Amino acid sequence: MRYSLGSIIANAVSGQRLWPMAWRKAAPKPSYDAIIVGGGGHGLATAYYLAKEHGLTNIAVVEKGWLGGGNVGRNTTIIRSNYMLPDNTRFYEWSLKLWENLSRELNFNAMVSQRGVINLAHTPAQLDAYARRGNAMRLAGVDAELLDRDEVARRVPGLDVSDQARFPILGGICQPRGGTVRHDAVAWGYARAADRLGVDIIENCEVTGFVYDGERVAGVDTTRGRIEAPKVGVAVAGSTSQVMRLAGFERLPIESHVLQAFVSEGLKPFLDTVVTFGAGHLYISQSDKGGLVFGGDIDGYNSYAQRGNLPIVEDVASSAVAMFPSLARIRLLRSWGGIMDMSMDGSPIIDRTPKPGLYLNAGWCYGGFKATPGSGWCFAHTIARDEPHPLNAAFSLDRFRTGALLDERGAGATPRLH
Amino acid sequence: MRIPCPFCGPRSVSEFTYEGDATVVRPPLDADPDTWFAAVYERTNPRGSHQEIWHHIQGCRSFLRVSRDTATHAIQGAAMIAPEGADE
Repeated sequence: MRYSLGSIIANAVSGQRLWPMAWRKAAPKPSYDAIIVGGGGHGLATAYYLAKEHGLTNIAVVEKGWLGGGNVGRNTTIIRSNYMLPDNTRFYEWSLKLWENLSRELNFNAMVSQRGVINLAHTPAQLDAYARRGNAMRLAGVDAELLDRDEVARRVPGLDVSDQARFPILGGICQPRGGTVRHDAVAWGYARAADRLGVDIIENCEVTGFVYDGERVAGVDTTRGRIEAPKVGVAVAGSTSQVMRLAGFERLPIESHVLQAFVSEGLKPFLDTVVTFGAGHLYISQSDKGGLVFGGDIDGYNSYAQRGNLPIVEDVASSAVAMFPSLARIRLLRSWGGIMDMSMDGSPIIDRTPKPGLYLNAGWCYGGFKATPGSGWCFAHTIARDEPHPLNAAFSLDRFRTGALLDERGAGATPRLH
Repeated sequence: MRIPCPFCGPRSVSEFTYEGDATVVRPPLDADPDTWFAAVYERTNPRGSHQEIWHHIQGCRSFLRVSRDTATHAIQGAAMIAPEGADE
């Protein structure tokens, strides 16, 4: 059923009993033209664009849990494209353009809200760096505005912009087209749209091994039996090292780290944009339900636990209160952790692998959510054509060996610093 | 998470700085590029028992080799890292 005013009225007069399941509960067939391992945002987007852009509809997405249970439902829902390196700028801007038309394209309201993303500056050097980044963005056709302190105070009324602030604010940079998206709707919308194009979405189906015909990949073994396919794409975020080990890759330029996120009790409208703290590391926005959604640094050590430790909770909460003193007595409603595939230069990998027919989408650090449409679009192209699109050509697996790194932060080969 | 420092006893993780995978061995300066590439960029990244280096920066400042489970955060033990060339 196509969602429309007509479908709402038809259901309103019939007791909401006509709504069909958004996607089928597919059982695995013996073989497909391609298999995507991982039913998160990136995997589902890849399946959707494979079917829509490349006509590859005999494909399956295999997911060990349920849709929306991994990082696509564990992030702070922010989208933006305020990068400086040209390869990152082009890719994330393409992703942002796909976000802008996503709800219409998927016929599913993803609640894309371009409420702006403001990065605060606390030193003249930081403001200079933002001006440089903003100029780089505008040269690439991306929107950016440099803000002085008065303009920051006007746009974000709750901020402490006084000289008595722990880290006084000098100004900031804003990307007006950045914002937030309802993250569950991204998983559900892509799943439904892919399903309507014929893609089998197979939940509760964990990959336990890879099938090879010589060097070439020939399928996967799963907890629901063997599934054959000449092409297999892996998009499993924090579990990349685990899954790729099954495929014969013992070592990758990736470490898995835990990133925590938080949501407060519901408040009346308080914050109508996304604000990031420049003196520490904090990003905060207000959801449509009223809760303040925020996060900070990763815990900083290897982890697959999907939960973090208290020192980071304290660190993040203190940053929030340094920015917004009025939040000091707000109670935390929930906190959770997601496992980040931290790459060695802070940039992702969307590429073929040395094994023909096996493709890898990984290394998103904690920037994966905003990349969901662009990542799926580029990964689908890479799988369908067996070569990267120019938008993801720089996100190669061998760049660490050749030295063509994309180190946006200049932090070196230390994953916990990206 | 508390790390059992052999000198200070069990201390909060907030006193320590993480220094990464302890199984990575820095190769000699004249090693070939592939060896350096593996040491600088490649990690086994296990889910389960992990050998890692922690620096007790806000305590005795020792560098410790900690055995920790990355799936549960349970710590099996910690020992001082001996100076290069000495027996551990």
